[in-house]
Amino acid sequence: MRMLKQFRSKIREINQRYAKPKIEMSKSVKFSLAVLRIYLFVLVLLMIYKFITVL
Amino acid sequence: MDFFSVLYYRFKKVWKAIRIYLVIAGPGLVVMIADNDAGGITTYAATGAKYGYHLIWFLLLLIPVAYYVQEMTVRLGAVTKRGHAEAIFESFGAFWGWFSLIDLMFVDWLTLVTEFVGMTAALSIFGVPAWLTVILVVLLMSIIVLNGRYWTWEKIALGFCLLNLIYIPAAFMVNPSISSILGQGLIPNLPGGFNNELFFLLMANIGTTIAPWMLFFQQSSVVDKGLQEKDINMGKLDTFIGSIITVVVAIFIVIVTGTLLNGVPIDDAATAARMLMKTNHYIGAFMAIGLFDAGLLGAICISLASSWAFGEIFGWAHSLNTKVKEAPWFYISFFLTLATAGVVPLIPGAPLVLITLFVQVVAVTLLPAALVFLILLLNDKKTMGEYANTPLQNTVSVIIVVLIIVLSTLYGVSALFPNLFQ
Repeated sequence: MRMLKQFRSKIREINQRYAKPKIEMSKSVKFSLAVLRIYLFVLVLLMIYKFITVL
Repeated sequence: MDFFSVLYYRFKKVWKAIRIYLVIAGPGLVVMIADNDAGGITTYAATGAKYGYHLIWFLLLLIPVAYYVQEMTVRLGAVTKRGHAEAIFESFGAFWGWFSLIDLMFVDWLTLVTEFVGMTAALSIFGVPAWLTVILVVLLMSIIVLNGRYWTWEKIALGFCLLNLIYIPAAFMVNPSISSILGQGLIPNLPGGFNNELFFLLMANIGTTIAPWMLFFQQSSVVDKGLQEKDINMGKLDTFIGSIITVVVAIFIVIVTGTLLNGVPIDDAATAARMLMKTNHYIGAFMAIGLFDAGLLGAICISLASSWAFGEIFGWAHSLNTKVKEAPWFYISFFLTLATAGVVPLIPGAPLVLITLFVQVVAVTLLPAALVFLILLLNDKKTMGEYANTPLQNTVSVIIVVLIIVLSTLYGVSALFPNLFQ
């Protein structure tokens, strides 16, 4: 239980430490990250579809 | 007299450069040769068996592909002194950081399972039971890592890299026709026309050339070795030589199976080794030893890539230069990843085919993200300064990365839906 609490506080600490992206959010960076989000979203949808149809 | 003085001066200069290279060499060679892991050996063996020498030209094209992607990790590691996982967390925030770290953990663990499958299959040819192979490998790798020095670890890993060259004498032993290799292999051609099977094999060859763990491994390795900005050129040379060696080894595997097993369907490299043994005992044995070595090299690098990444983010000591007492979590995570992956092939009825398939699909979720982050980071002039990508480097790397993303996505999707492209 104590270890779990320590782990959770560590995760919180990491999230706080890296809360703000340090890279300059130029248009090209924003565009690349948006395309990446869409790409991953579609891929996850495909995997879920495959999982459901196999079941 | 002047002539001899100039000659001596030039010799001293070249010798000095070679000595500097020998000190810096390591991360590039190890990552590139480990790229020919158990899965890679199977892909090359299947390529040779199916299409003979006809796709050697395609393998040669993979030299710049591998080099341009991996040399970016050298620059990034040497300039920022941070591993790839930490660089993603810091530059893109916690969301993308966790996504990359958790994905890396999954892909690495699943790939490790496939390395153990390859190693157990290879040694089973010599009558070694799978459980003994797993125990020996885990013990051997723990001893290599626990010596407490990056330098020693690297030299041992380079020794295993040397063993990976075993396919070269094997290829000479099969007496291939040099004129056929040159005639069929070096002129770009698509044997039997462009079809589904050929496309899948081409994608598999690209997929095995660039894997997500390679980006994380080489950058962390550059940091752990302590390379500085002044070492970047030698680090790039190291990566270039490594990318040539990895493709040369792949070509020699294609020559072996293309000569002796042409037209024979090959499911995995161990089956190829068994078949080769019927023709020539030594060539089959070389193939099996090479497969075991490839799995071992892959396992060494992949398990370290995960432990380094976790250490960077969780703030644990995470260097091979530290003792177990100084970095317990680094070594525990290394051992746990290794041991749990090693157990899977020993489970009766374990879904190994499904795992192999799953590796391809999960890798497709991480590889594009890691490559896009890499290019964005290399364009961050505030951090990279004079080592940021030049317009030419950007053009080449963007073309290569887009190609890899498109083809690896098609590869992953075709693994999910095998009938989609028929």
